[in-house]
Amino acid sequence: MADTLTTEDIADRVEDAEKGRKPRRRPGGAEPTMTLTVKVKRFNPETDERPRWDEFEVPAEAMDRALDLLHYVKWHLDGTLTFRKSCAHGICGSDAMKINGENQLACSILVQDLGLTDGDTVTFEPLPAAPVIKDLVVDQSRFFDKYRAVMPWLIHDGPTPDKEFVQSPEQHAVIEDATKCIMCGACTHSCPSTWADPDYLGPAAMLKAFRYVFDSRDTEAEERLKVVDSKDGLWKCYTIFNCVQACPKGIDITRWLSALKRKAVTTRY
Amino acid sequence: MTYSHDIVIVGAGGAGLMAALYASEGGADVAVVSKLHPLRSHTGAAQGGIGAALGNEEEDHWLWHAFDTTKGSDYLGDQDAIEQMCQDAPRTIIELEHYGVPFSRTREGKIAQRRFGGHTRNFGEAPVRRACYAADRTGHMILHTLYEQCVKNKVTFYDEFQVLDLIHNEDGEVVGTVAYEILTGEVHTFHAALTCFATGGYGRAFKTTSNAHAGTGDGFAIALRNGLPLQDMEFIQFHPTGLYRLGILITEGARGEGGILRNSEGERFMERYAPTVKDLAPRDMVSQCIYKEIREGRGVGGRDHVVLDMTGVGKEVLEHKLPEISTFSRVYLGIDPVKQPIPVAPTCHYAMGGIPTNIDGQVVKSSDRSDAVPGFFACGEAACVSVHGANRLGTNSLLDLVVFGRRTGIEMAKQIREGAESLPVAADAEGPTRERLDAILARTTGEKAVVIRTDLQETMMKNVSVYRTDDTLGEAFGDLQTLRQRAASVTCDDKGKRFNTDLMDAVEVQFMVDYAESITVSARNRTESRGAHLREDFSSRDDGEWLKHTLFWSDQTGQTEIGYKDVVITQFQPKERKY
Repeated sequence: MADTLTTEDIADRVEDAEKGRKPRRRPGGAEPTMTLTVKVKRFNPETDERPRWDEFEVPAEAMDRALDLLHYVKWHLDGTLTFRKSCAHGICGSDAMKINGENQLACSILVQDLGLTDGDTVTFEPLPAAPVIKDLVVDQSRFFDKYRAVMPWLIHDGPTPDKEFVQSPEQHAVIEDATKCIMCGACTHSCPSTWADPDYLGPAAMLKAFRYVFDSRDTEAEERLKVVDSKDGLWKCYTIFNCVQACPKGIDITRWLSALKRKAVTTRY
Repeated sequence: MTYSHDIVIVGAGGAGLMAALYASEGGADVAVVSKLHPLRSHTGAAQGGIGAALGNEEEDHWLWHAFDTTKGSDYLGDQDAIEQMCQDAPRTIIELEHYGVPFSRTREGKIAQRRFGGHTRNFGEAPVRRACYAADRTGHMILHTLYEQCVKNKVTFYDEFQVLDLIHNEDGEVVGTVAYEILTGEVHTFHAALTCFATGGYGRAFKTTSNAHAGTGDGFAIALRNGLPLQDMEFIQFHPTGLYRLGILITEGARGEGGILRNSEGERFMERYAPTVKDLAPRDMVSQCIYKEIREGRGVGGRDHVVLDMTGVGKEVLEHKLPEISTFSRVYLGIDPVKQPIPVAPTCHYAMGGIPTNIDGQVVKSSDRSDAVPGFFACGEAACVSVHGANRLGTNSLLDLVVFGRRTGIEMAKQIREGAESLPVAADAEGPTRERLDAILARTTGEKAVVIRTDLQETMMKNVSVYRTDDTLGEAFGDLQTLRQRAASVTCDDKGKRFNTDLMDAVEVQFMVDYAESITVSARNRTESRGAHLREDFSSRDDGEWLKHTLFWSDQTGQTEIGYKDVVITQFQPKERKY
């Protein structure tokens, strides 16, 4: 490894990196370069008969997160706009919502990724097929009921070693992609089977089942398979791949659910 | 309404869930109250690793870990607590693995370990592989596993209930908490034999931070308002490698895997400051060095950042061991770390100080270590045990969460088994909270929380961050008095009861003023430089005068009181700190 780069090297590399990028307004304080119309689907079931669309003019910049646009509205235009957020960098899973028609995390998609330029409109809606609590906040209790249904915890029936369980890198690699899941709900609420059947377990819960069924340390695969090999389970996955497209962590969900299907049909219980 | 449980834990991050898990294993009826859904907690953002002398990759000993932690703390950590943590570390990690945490693995199928700042073999000889990790998602894996185990154990969860007050009786015993149910706008009492705060840190008091929006330090302010002290609040960790301007964390594991910090001249400047461990010096040193480079005109491109050069590390390592940070660089800065160096600058990251406790999580209210608050516990970043002293080593925060969360859970279950009972709650316990909320809701004029919060973050960043003087701290103190008045008349647009996050923003900014004052006053009082507390007007460490913990009390009207507590020294006598 080269320990010393020349001054020119560094300058070149940073310039490369910043090429084509305009100065950031947030949080750096640079001037916005465009004005966007932020269109938000609003609904408060306590006071509103039906949802409505509100529009806000928001100064923006290519590197802004979609979440920054919502913050601008909440902080400067209308404090009643309600949405969840926390880490703001795609790991806590609070701010999954439908942005320009696709489920994604508001903190992990930039204005430039949405292809927005001056004068464009960007729409925000709550995740589909979930009861709306208020504006962009949905009730996830049903989503987490399904999670609990697959027994999302390691069960090891047998002696526990003094040290860690031995698990080879290859065994670990089988489940690693699935363990990235942050339970944001973008996948399950993008799935036509979920839209059609509220009882369908959905991709997030079944991915969790996969994560434990295929964990070399777990001994309860059969019990979990009974849950997912059911009328509300695996066989309502028609490999439409909406979940894969929606997943902000890039998890190959359909692939793992297919592996789970194969396991179900080859396991006697 | 009133909810009753044996144990009520506030906060559902690593510490809170660990305490809940072990308390439930101990047979207690446990509830966890959290302003977020537990899986949204900021423990999930911890990236690089959790320290334990497992010795899976090379020889290691808990005593070496204890030495490194003590030296890292600039000798302000209590060595009995540090020894306990480092001795508990291996078994706690093994228990986590048995609960299902999918750690990355060595070829032999053991938990993989990597290098991290300040962790060395044989008392400072050379870097050691001590950080157990799950790629750069270690916190995420621990958080999810702990939540799953708590669900299995039927812990009761009150998600999106924001705790706003502590209830104590005339004898000073804590008997419960008051919480606001965000969904309905109702105020409730949580009545418990034992209450535990695992309410996390306060990074959001600073303009640039790696912390979540939820990291508003509510627990610190609630403790202060209930007459309890905060310990060592002047010690704040600025992590050296936040994404430029955004503050999003780039794990120290990036340097553990071979990443190099460079200035505008392309120089690996840490070689000059820490010839032995170079880029893997502790965070306080590296952050101070980065600022020094920038101040001396060696910021890259004339700007206030340096770069983290991962180009020599290789695509393979970045993709498999550091996938998250590679994604952050691409998504937020449009930079591919395989080919381009990442612009980085220090970002407010971690509170070394907090609510003082003993090693079993019991809150201690004075310099007398046996002076416990009956019924009240704290653990995690909200607590100060103190194992981190003046500077925390990387990987020791996750370790602190799980070791002391575990110990706290075990101790609480034991006290319940030994007959700890809920004590009566006064009839008007929720009164002050309701009044405070009603006052904000009734106000139609005044400033919104965001305006006050932004000014608070600006003054804290400018005056109370890495470099401090009496002048800057005095300026911040003055600003905070004005900010307190402004926060007292804060308003919000949303006057409804349903999911009113606008109202919670207003309540949080009032909290922020109170603990920001504890940071500022404690920092102004400590006329030496130690660890992360760097006073330009008192540039050296002064063990004769200052080898002691700060305790801070306030009456929230600008009247503050400072006390001290001895540092516990067992095996490692304070020495000059060189790396």
